[in-house]
Amino acid sequence: MITSAFEYHRPSDLAGALSVLEEHGDDARVIAGGHSLIPMMKLRMADVPHLIDLQDIADLKGITITGGIVTIGAMTTQHELINNDALAAAAPIIHEASLQIADPQVRYMGTIGGNVANGDPGNDMPGLMQCLDASFTLVGPDGTRSVKARDFYEAAYMTEREDGEILTHISFTAVEAGFAYEKQKRKIGDYATAACAVLITKEGDKISSASVAMTNLSDVPVLSEAAGAALFGTSCDAAAMKAAVAAALEDIDPTEDNRGPVEFKMHVAGIIISRAIARAWSRA
Amino acid sequence: MTNQIVKMTVNGEKKEILAEPRELLIYVLREKLGLTGPHVGCETSHCGACTVEIDGKSVKSCTMFAVQAEGAEITTIEGLGTPDKLHVLQENFKEHHGLQCGYCTPGMITRAHRLLQENPNPTEEEVRFGIAGNICRCTGYQNIVKSILSAAAELNAAKEAAQ
Repeated sequence: MITSAFEYHRPSDLAGALSVLEEHGDDARVIAGGHSLIPMMKLRMADVPHLIDLQDIADLKGITITGGIVTIGAMTTQHELINNDALAAAAPIIHEASLQIADPQVRYMGTIGGNVANGDPGNDMPGLMQCLDASFTLVGPDGTRSVKARDFYEAAYMTEREDGEILTHISFTAVEAGFAYEKQKRKIGDYATAACAVLITKEGDKISSASVAMTNLSDVPVLSEAAGAALFGTSCDAAAMKAAVAAALEDIDPTEDNRGPVEFKMHVAGIIISRAIARAWSRA
Repeated sequence: MTNQIVKMTVNGEKKEILAEPRELLIYVLREKLGLTGPHVGCETSHCGACTVEIDGKSVKSCTMFAVQAEGAEITTIEGLGTPDKLHVLQENFKEHHGLQCGYCTPGMITRAHRLLQENPNPTEEEVRFGIAGNICRCTGYQNIVKSILSAAAELNAAKEAAQ
């Protein structure tokens, strides 16, 4: 399949990328790893007259961890996320989730920025970022702003990001917590039938905070505050688990597609959510 | 849209080609550089038959525009071994029946090559996880895994002997 013709831009800094975006408006789009965008362009579902390749912009790369704050450049690949020992120590849930994204070749190219900014409900990072309560840094012609992952997603492929803006970094406070990213998929490389990210902290033998977020079970990632509340103060006993899963299922709205009918997805989601909670609790 | 000059190093040789920005790397390799080792399988980044190595990464060259590879170092299966002097991986695929129709083999071996660079002594499970982006419809993978493990052992033995 051949994409529509386009002009290729490869700026060496962010200012250069922003100025191409400003000049061409709707006709321009940035490309990170390209493993979502290029397939869309081949299918002619995306028409991009001006393609702006971000690979030469050094400011968009790298992982820093200072004073418990983790900052990850948008162009950091999943392969780099997996192989960064400091990140694996500070936020092991990212390591666990990244290993479940696509396949090795795609992980060498796929970036965290592309994954969170694309707004594809099937992407794993958005739900994970909501679970971690991460913030996204957006840079545009009017300057820099920060948007919470929990406020970023509006609908499938629709986000808070304005057309002239580039998502440059994600950041979050690393919290020592029990963690799990559980994902059911039909085959390697597929998007989730259901996936769930859970972080649990405990004091004594009681849960002192729980964060439960889900992937590909609505047209946006879903953070279930009700599921977190159902776990809070409990010892993750059977009743609490049942209440949390029920609460999480109340918050999602899956649609029928080639991964199955709604009833099946609700069933899979229930199992995935309970496995994620149980595993996070066992590690808390 | 206008053609662009793309400079890249392919199998150790500097190359300059003229390509439209929308030309995929796999077609430039095959049709402009005559490197028909990397295959077009699904052309939708699922099967891995088009896998090449770019700057130390295994990449599905059907999901990359050639212009993105400007300045890159690329290795295809042609850069690993020749019919007269097979690469250790090629020898072992031959020895252990790691192929039947052979269509996935260049991508499989190129990927395995990268995997062994990063993890010279993988377990069977690590090999299976490491080649999960390459699909084979003939072998059932059993003999591919065997070939890669055997190549790893041979490479490690050679390294030890050299020390």
